[in-house]
Amino acid sequence: MTTEKPHISVKNLNVHIDGNHILKNISIDIPDKKVTSFIGPSGCGKTTLLKTFNRLLDRQGNVEITGQVLVDGEDLYSPDTEVTHIRKKMGLLSQRPFPLPMNIYDNVAYGARIHGQRDKKELDRIVEHYLRGVSLWDEVKDRLKDPATRLSIGQQQRLCLARGLAVEPEIILGDEPTSALDPVSTQRIEELFLELKDKYTLVLVTHILRQARRVSDYIVFIYMGEIIEFGTTEEVLLNPREKLTKDYVKGYIS
Amino acid sequence: MKRKLEEQFFKFLMILCTLSISGILLMIIWTITSKGAGSLTWDIVSKIPEGGFYIGKGGGILNAIIGSIYITIGATILGLLVSIPVVLYINVYAKKNSWLATTTRLTSDILFGIPSIVYGAFGFTIMIYFGLKTSLLAGTITVTLLVIPILVRTMDEVFRVVPEDIGNAVYSLGGTRWETAKIMIRQCVPGIITAILLSFGRAIGDAACVLFTAGYTDSIPTSLDQPTATLPLAIFFQLSSPIEEVQNRAYAAALILTIIVLIISFTAKYFSKKLSKNKI
Ligand SMILES: Nc1ncnc2c1ncn2[C@@H]1O[C@H](COP(=O)(O)OP(=O)(O)O)[C@@H](O)[C@H]1O
Ligand SMILES: [Mg+2]
Repeated sequence: MTTEKPHISVKNLNVHIDGNHILKNISIDIPDKKVTSFIGPSGCGKTTLLKTFNRLLDRQGNVEITGQVLVDGEDLYSPDTEVTHIRKKMGLLSQRPFPLPMNIYDNVAYGARIHGQRDKKELDRIVEHYLRGVSLWDEVKDRLKDPATRLSIGQQQRLCLARGLAVEPEIILGDEPTSALDPVSTQRIEELFLELKDKYTLVLVTHILRQARRVSDYIVFIYMGEIIEFGTTEEVLLNPREKLTKDYVKGYIS
Repeated sequence: MKRKLEEQFFKFLMILCTLSISGILLMIIWTITSKGAGSLTWDIVSKIPEGGFYIGKGGGILNAIIGSIYITIGATILGLLVSIPVVLYINVYAKKNSWLATTTRLTSDILFGIPSIVYGAFGFTIMIYFGLKTSLLAGTITVTLLVIPILVRTMDEVFRVVPEDIGNAVYSLGGTRWETAKIMIRQCVPGIITAILLSFGRAIGDAACVLFTAGYTDSIPTSLDQPTATLPLAIFFQLSSPIEEVQNRAYAAALILTIIVLIISFTAKYFSKKLSKNKI
């Protein structure tokens, strides 16, 4: 479908939760250093698909996963794959920001610390670098020792992004990362995504079509656990091939 | 009109019941204070019983105060050593709704409901089985059994409601389950403190557990295999005396017990408020 090099390659993925067939025969190549958005009505399986990428899904009981998810050619679900190594490659932004129960500085330094960085100077550098990266540095540089929860929700979401970037991932997964945010914070996050796609592969779940249009290069339309259509943003939003996609884009199904 | 009256009537009833809760607390405090305050002398809290103490002569109940504090602190620490791994296992390590987690929760619910006299009898049986005498050790172990389900249940309540996304955040930073567990503990500090407080209150006030296992003695224990007095039993024995002065000392002991519990309560509240403000 696309000629670009895939970063994540999903092959015949099937997911059953509690015996329900949630994802059906998913095959898709997610291109490197682009923004790919999953759209579709709520409950269609967007979050579930996203969670198969960093293997958070199999933490739940009663989940059966078959098929392959290859990241840089390495099969996530092969028995010798080391899960923590895979997860480190991917930053995650959830629907609501969840800062860790510690101060602002420690939140950003957390990843580096658990991966063995002890040097105080280096940690200072990392914290400043990534806080600048999400343009939060000027807002928080005088109160780095404050609990992260004192920040506004929008700031918290940018903090969570900085925290994720600080472990140097290659992929950023976002599950409706702006749904709890006000319009201004939403816009800042969207701008950050556009900056980040030079260096990272971004996979975004969104139910806001305008957002999908603003930020994504490719769009995947999912309906009841199946991929209905996959193409460039223009193709899917302006000239959908499938009737279901057309109906969804026009707002007939939601 | 009738509906309005009905509404008024039930509102009145509810307010009455609500007030009666505070009323009961005030009455308890009033009773033990009015009867015990007179006997709450410096001697009572600083001396062990002298000859003839139980017929109204000099001395105090320092032996029981120290004994109770030993047993309570010991049992709470031992209880935490067992219950924290349990709670971490069922909330972090086990998959959601796994067989072992479900069984553990059910078991601790059942254990929670078992009356403490049964723990006392059970403790007594193991004590005999291992050839122990009534002692600080046997009493502490029995009280530990009593507080484990309290600790597990109360901590589980708070660990369970930590949003899954906190764990997911740690995992997606490449964290291990152990790292997630540590974050969960930090997140749950106020809840853990509440659990410790509850278990402390139960442990220090329970008479049935220590009745057959800790024994009673007038001296302060200096090693784990010696018997020890406890506050609940100090109340029990003195209250059964026909001598009024001794009975009043029982109320003084009850007052001491209540004051200790209140102090623990308020410090725990204070810390958990402070911590939850700063961390979460
Ligand atoms: N833990 C779970 N247990 C049972 N069913 C689940 C679970 N997670 C998701 N599902 C089901 O999977 C389907 C897809 O859910 P989800 O991926 O969250 O949809 P979306 O993110 O597109 O709104 C839904 O029908 C939902 O009920
Ligand atoms: Mg979702």
